[in-house]
Amino acid sequence: MKNYISSYCKIKNGTVIVNNNEVFRSEANDLKSVVKEIYRSIKPGYAKFFKMDDISKLGFIAAELMLKDTNLKNRYNDSEIGIVLSNSSSTIVTDSEFQDTIQDNNNYFPSPAIFVYTLPNIMIGEISIRHKFQGENAFFLNEKFDSIFISNYVNSLINNGKIKACLTGWVEYSENGYEALIYLVEQDGNTEHTEENINIIYNK
Amino acid sequence: MEKLKVQIIEQLNLEDMEPSDIENEEPLFGDGLGLDSIDALELIVLLEKEYGIKVEDPKEGKKIFESVKTLAEYIESRKN
Amino acid sequence: MSRKVYITGLGIVSSIGMNIEETFESLLAKKSGIKKPKHLTSVHKNDFVLGEIDISIDDLKNRLNIPENEAYSRTSMLGMLAAREAVNNAGIDNINEYKTGLLSASTVGGMDRSELYYRDFLTNDTHNKYIDIHHCGDNTEKIARDLGIKDFTSTISTACSSSINTIMFGARLIKMGILDRVIAGGVDALSKFTLNGFNTLMILDKEHCRPFDETRVGLNLGEGAGFVVIEADDIVNKSGKKPICEVSGYANANDAYHQTASSPDGNGAFMAMTNALKISGLSANDIDYVNVHGTGTNNNDLSEGIALKRLFGDNVPPFSSTKGYTGHTLGAAGAIETIFSALAIQNQVTYPNLNFKNTINDLGISPQTEVDKNSEVKHVLSNSFGFGGNNSTIILSKINNN
Repeated sequence: MKNYISSYCKIKNGTVIVNNNEVFRSEANDLKSVVKEIYRSIKPGYAKFFKMDDISKLGFIAAELMLKDTNLKNRYNDSEIGIVLSNSSSTIVTDSEFQDTIQDNNNYFPSPAIFVYTLPNIMIGEISIRHKFQGENAFFLNEKFDSIFISNYVNSLINNGKIKACLTGWVEYSENGYEALIYLVEQDGNTEHTEENINIIYNK
Repeated sequence: MEKLKVQIIEQLNLEDMEPSDIENEEPLFGDGLGLDSIDALELIVLLEKEYGIKVEDPKEGKKIFESVKTLAEYIESRKN
Repeated sequence: MSRKVYITGLGIVSSIGMNIEETFESLLAKKSGIKKPKHLTSVHKNDFVLGEIDISIDDLKNRLNIPENEAYSRTSMLGMLAAREAVNNAGIDNINEYKTGLLSASTVGGMDRSELYYRDFLTNDTHNKYIDIHHCGDNTEKIARDLGIKDFTSTISTACSSSINTIMFGARLIKMGILDRVIAGGVDALSKFTLNGFNTLMILDKEHCRPFDETRVGLNLGEGAGFVVIEADDIVNKSGKKPICEVSGYANANDAYHQTASSPDGNGAFMAMTNALKISGLSANDIDYVNVHGTGTNNNDLSEGIALKRLFGDNVPPFSSTKGYTGHTLGAAGAIETIFSALAIQNQVTYPNLNFKNTINDLGISPQTEVDKNSEVKHVLSNSFGFGGNNSTIILSKINNN
């Protein structure tokens, strides 16, 4: 069975591309400012955004932009929509932030709000809460974005009838930089969900 | 109470809010400001960091954090 | 087309035993591994009881024959111990005789070393070799290298449900014919990082945890590793070895409610259990025992209990949380409890929920409190839930023809 990429969002180096169109460009260098600028430009009116850690903000905002015109919720039940994401550095930046709050005995105020974000799948939780997606979800740690692995896995989930649509991709953030590709896989569409086509949008 | 509001906004990353947006007696949780359980825990950190007050039982927080007013009263009572 | 997936080997290390045999003895003897920690160096160490494994880093290295100067985290070494046992237990001599993969889970990775050398990372180069072993994938690579696995490795991180998901995903790869055999499980070592983190969430019980008790106030953290070997029925039959049980159902769903809290109606848990039953082709009343997630927090046990009642109605089967034995072992919990469930089927025995006294008023259901050797155990359901709303369920079944 063939599945298709029906929408995507790529964010890298301050540039936001949605379905082949550059929709936003930020001159800021740091992720914190970039995601805030994108948020201000699309105004989703979701105050909880500001409480998330930076990598969750990146995944959340990419999902927001990617889903914008898909009308997904009207076409599927909550439990038919899954999320499969991956990255390499887990939540390394947030881990360090939390470590800083417990490191110094004279300034020891560990933050619960930071701690809860020291797991990469919290990003999946945030997207699920926002859109009420309740289907199967997984977060994989791979050395680099593995389009063969992701396409096999997501295709099998859909082909086995576990879910009908899947939000998937790669959301990475470490001291070396940030990068997000989030795309939607469905049973209909024009761009087949293959390794080659994933790599084309990943390299945008 | 104004100072407390600024502290709450900072501690909880309430980015789009001004102190004047928070009414003294408005519920902080539920329908009011819409804070959640993690925010409550952050408020406990705030009390310790800014006022040296330790709250040991999370259930205690429920009453203290009803509104900015109850929180201010609690801080006042613990000072004495 | 429809390959079955059998569990053929188990490997475990936790505060109640360094191997399967010791672990099973502790389970039957109602012996908890939770106590004041000896090896974790935290200013809080005297404030809490923990499911700590009584072995030092040096002794772990010795046991595994690792050269002293090589950088290994506690997490990696615990994982290697359990994974080696699982492979031996499955009677595997040549790991690459069949297409074999390793799927591992961890939530803290090499944090136990990183936090020790964190200051050095920032100021000098003396312990930089430990930076490379910080990430969760490092455990997986180390275990894969140790076992000689070449075909496929991956790391899953869905918080505390991670290692059930490795078994589920492994089972799928076997059913799809991509692999014939998978070593799946998870590992987490205790760290100051997690102890401080859970402490800020105010969900730690300073005394022994009391899952499903009206007076419960929180969980105890633990450490450990659990790995299972799962194989396709065709290669098991060919080898003539006796499998332990079948992985008959599995599912995960997202609660979509809150980053850390479970929903009041237990929706995610209910969906995961319902879908796992559907896949197994069983009905709710076929389940003989449920190993619940049962962390001992107010929120989890109430929400999970409500989900159990929604699924089983007035006939909730015997159930227990084994976290009173091991503490909550986070990324390892799903695999460790799957192993307890497999041992339940293999030995026809189910376990008590330690420290339980008072039924939760709002629930009206009570866990089993004694070892039960007299009931038939054909189908066991085990739950694992994680922060981020990931709720997973696995069902294990006795194999009929043996």
